[in-house]
Amino acid sequence: MYSSIQDLVGQANSRQLPLSQVILESEMALTEKSEQEVYTLLERHYDVMVSSAKKALTQPQQMIGGLITGMAAKQYGYETPLAGKYLNDVMAMALSSSEVNASMGLVCAAPTGGASGVLPAVLLGTAGKLQSTKRQALDALLVAAGVGAVITKDATVSGAEGGCQAECGAAAAMGAAAVVTLAGGTPEACANAVAIALMNCMGLVCDPVAGMVQLPCAFRNASQAVNAIISADMALAGQRSVIPADEVIEALFRVGKMLPEALRETALGGIAVSKTAKQITEGLTGDAGTIQI
Amino acid sequence: MNLSIFDVIGPIMIGPSSSHTAGAVKLARVSALIAGKPFKHVEFGLHGSFAKTGKGHGTHLALLAGVLGITEEDERIKHSLDIAKARGITYTFREVELDDVHENAAMITFTHDDNTSTQITGCSVGGGRILITNINGVDVEVSAEQPTMIIQQLDKPGVIARISRVLAENSINIGLMRFSRVAKRDVATSVLETDQKIPPEVVQRLATLDDVLLVRVIQ
Repeated sequence: MYSSIQDLVGQANSRQLPLSQVILESEMALTEKSEQEVYTLLERHYDVMVSSAKKALTQPQQMIGGLITGMAAKQYGYETPLAGKYLNDVMAMALSSSEVNASMGLVCAAPTGGASGVLPAVLLGTAGKLQSTKRQALDALLVAAGVGAVITKDATVSGAEGGCQAECGAAAAMGAAAVVTLAGGTPEACANAVAIALMNCMGLVCDPVAGMVQLPCAFRNASQAVNAIISADMALAGQRSVIPADEVIEALFRVGKMLPEALRETALGGIAVSKTAKQITEGLTGDAGTIQI
Repeated sequence: MNLSIFDVIGPIMIGPSSSHTAGAVKLARVSALIAGKPFKHVEFGLHGSFAKTGKGHGTHLALLAGVLGITEEDERIKHSLDIAKARGITYTFREVELDDVHENAAMITFTHDDNTSTQITGCSVGGGRILITNINGVDVEVSAEQPTMIIQQLDKPGVIARISRVLAENSINIGLMRFSRVAKRDVATSVLETDQKIPPEVVQRLATLDDVLLVRVIQ
């Protein structure tokens, strides 16, 4: 059992175990599942992630409003990315899950539906680049989940409560820990990556155009996936967050509480009330506020 | 850590929002289980962010799907209006202001086939998790993450002892028990979370105990 990021790192170090093992044992104790049962469930969740991350790369998904239909295929087909093929594929896969999610298709919340593009893209892209085994990918997923559990317990993963920093930001922190794990980094590097990723997105608001999980959500899934990877790279290079991850998580919660309601998933602030967003909303609804169903 | 990793990675769900879609399905599905009787009409009072951004998230489709017993992973959620119509169930949605609730909250009122009604208030607290906060005017806390029993009983000495004896005899361990009542010596509501699933025959036995009025199980 663990209660914080510091606790996780401490247990891993004192018992000479990887973080994934500490989290696995805690899950087995909590839910009375066997190791095999936990891995079978992890695999089922991972498979849904793989399918959502790939589905829209070649098949644009239809949705109410259609604001992000075709984005994944466009990114995937872009042949000269300045950021390199690895990051471009990660962005494309994050966009793919975002499209699938917006079209009321099947995704795995990680930690939420709105942020369900980040972790699959980061995991798949990095496992592909490092030629990781499926078991290594599942162990990275375990570490991501353990980090997410601490954020859920000590802060929030609800955009309505904490803004986008609590959704895509939490996903980036989870993803950063997963990437460090895949790259063979230390538990300390995982904790640093978590803290750095959250610092990089602190204060990010939730301001969905027309109240739909499409824009800017898709861009933020793609950019937070990249945040996960660069935060991991900084931690792997030996950068220290100075502020411990648990304190950054507490700060995230405090910032979320300070955000006005207009910037917490109500579509009453930020880009949701920009001139163009209002035009889009009216075009979809015939009046400013309700979408016909 | 008292939170399963599959409450973080998961649920596997129909998009777009774990709180506004998946959570809404679960909230409505658990509400219908608590109501426990066939219904011909359902009214959804939407509060806060559910009212403001619900339609863009398919919250309406999700709530209706939930009361129809459709689960969070079922791709039929987007067709719930048609499914309700086919089953002859009518529905209305309206905006409400509820006191002391989470941003994503709904008050669901079922009109049953026998013309009685059940009113349940609850919220979607993020990541697909929910909390039912009120059943027919009685404050409760039901997260439905463990097998949960909701028992309505007369507020008399010995009733709780009889209930726990039946559970003990069937090796069912109570993880948590909350008890609320509107007034002394009136009807009381117990919410019990158990470590084991509750078999139908145990539910049957509990329902026939003296002074027990109603037993509902969510698992």
